[in-house]
Amino acid sequence: MIKTLGTEDTLENAGLSAEEQQLFSNARPRAYEPYPIKAVEDFANWARANSLWILAFGTGCGAIELRPLMTARFDANRFGVAGRPTPRQSSVFVIGGYASVKTLKRIIRSYEQMQGPKFVIALGICPVNGGMYFDSYNTVNRFDQYLPVDLYITGCMPRPEVLVAGIMELQKKIKAGRCDGANRYVENFDWYKANQKKVIKNWDMPDYNW
Amino acid sequence: MILEWLGKVGNFSLTMLIVTLYGLLVGAFIERVIAKVQGRIGIPYSQPFINILKNFFKRTAVSHGYMFYLGPVFRIAGGIGTLAFIPVIYGSEMFSNFSMAGDLFLVIYFMFFGQLGMALGAGESGHPYSAIGIARGLSQMTAYEVPFALAVIAIVIQYDTLSITEIVAAQQGGWQHWTLFTNWVATLAAMLAFLGMTGYSPFDIFLAPQEIPIGPPTEFHSAYLSLLQTNRALFGATKLILFMNLFFGGATGWIELMIKTLLIYMVAIVVGVAFPRFRVDQGIRFFFKIPTLIGIMSIIYVQLVLIS
Repeated sequence: MIKTLGTEDTLENAGLSAEEQQLFSNARPRAYEPYPIKAVEDFANWARANSLWILAFGTGCGAIELRPLMTARFDANRFGVAGRPTPRQSSVFVIGGYASVKTLKRIIRSYEQMQGPKFVIALGICPVNGGMYFDSYNTVNRFDQYLPVDLYITGCMPRPEVLVAGIMELQKKIKAGRCDGANRYVENFDWYKANQKKVIKNWDMPDYNW
Repeated sequence: MILEWLGKVGNFSLTMLIVTLYGLLVGAFIERVIAKVQGRIGIPYSQPFINILKNFFKRTAVSHGYMFYLGPVFRIAGGIGTLAFIPVIYGSEMFSNFSMAGDLFLVIYFMFFGQLGMALGAGESGHPYSAIGIARGLSQMTAYEVPFALAVIAIVIQYDTLSITEIVAAQQGGWQHWTLFTNWVATLAAMLAFLGMTGYSPFDIFLAPQEIPIGPPTEFHSAYLSLLQTNRALFGATKLILFMNLFFGGATGWIELMIKTLLIYMVAIVVGVAFPRFRVDQGIRFFFKIPTLIGIMSIIYVQLVLIS
């Protein structure tokens, strides 16, 4: 059942045809306050930090560094890290290196389908400044203009040890309550959306993929 | 009357809590065993608890309609209903739950009920991979229910009762009275069906995380998923207790229950870590061939050898 809301808090969904607009929700995402009691929020953050489910979506060459994480040598299961095949259930999105415009569209779709609080790790130098693809015609240079990033792990390519260290750093940040990328995305939604639409020419999906 | 009934509900709630906690711990233990086989350390024992808490504390949840809400509810109703009619500890008034004459029928019905509820809920989510996972899961379930039902019919004829308590009572007085030793044919058929029931390799095609993202629960997230995870632990432990009661002489205390159920579970794990995955058609063919034949043989065995 699709809920169609009033005009004040809805999205245009201009990229869709009139027929398709009936099929997608036009609700605007909203930011979420932490729990009013600090102890509850800290406990929730502890649980979130110790159960990081990584979306199994290899978005660039760095995806190859994600595979050894689960093997006997690195065994990220020890830290509560697990792979999850569906964005609905995962909480961490690892951007594995360069994001081409074509992939960016899929990254946005997957990111918006993840349930908050959700965290983004940018792996490698490419999401920071473009890296070796800085003058490529189809690669975005600064990734944080398109989606909020919680943690950068630079290098080309960073080895899995560095990724494990980064995940532990992310856990520290989550426990301290400093990872609110999902809220930042919603608060600056129009700015992010304008940036995304500037590079993605064939925008044929809803403005927010519920 | 009301007080007595309330006491029973209280006792059942306590049983449910213990069984759920035990199911979660066993889940973590099994994960660690599998990790050791693969040369890893594996998850900490607290991991299943943290996962459930994390999913519960998610800030957002998307709905796909009424049936989507009801799917996990039906699933956990199936798990609780199955446990409600199984006597957990033999000879204990407190942990015998709502066991009564003919509870074996109800239990087998309830085991099916949760799966059907889940099928409805996952169907409502509209995800094509959910539909594929359900089609595979239900067809595999239909296949392994055949040898299991035949084995159950065999022991019902053997003990001439439909009450689980009486079946356990008939097996008391030493290990040589267990169904495992008095009617090993039925036990063999049921244990082969058990491999399909637990959903480990080689019969884990319906969950297939890489090919069809996690199967039926693809779209379930946040609190829905934590409900499903709780049920997975509860229902898994309940099935182990049912098998222990029917084939391995039941238990007279919690320690005996834990040792026996863990050993029963290890059968599925030993097979699971050693064998690769069956395709769904191979799995169904397997269940309809050897285990079904063994199941039919168990009834003949009971009729010709044990009764006459």
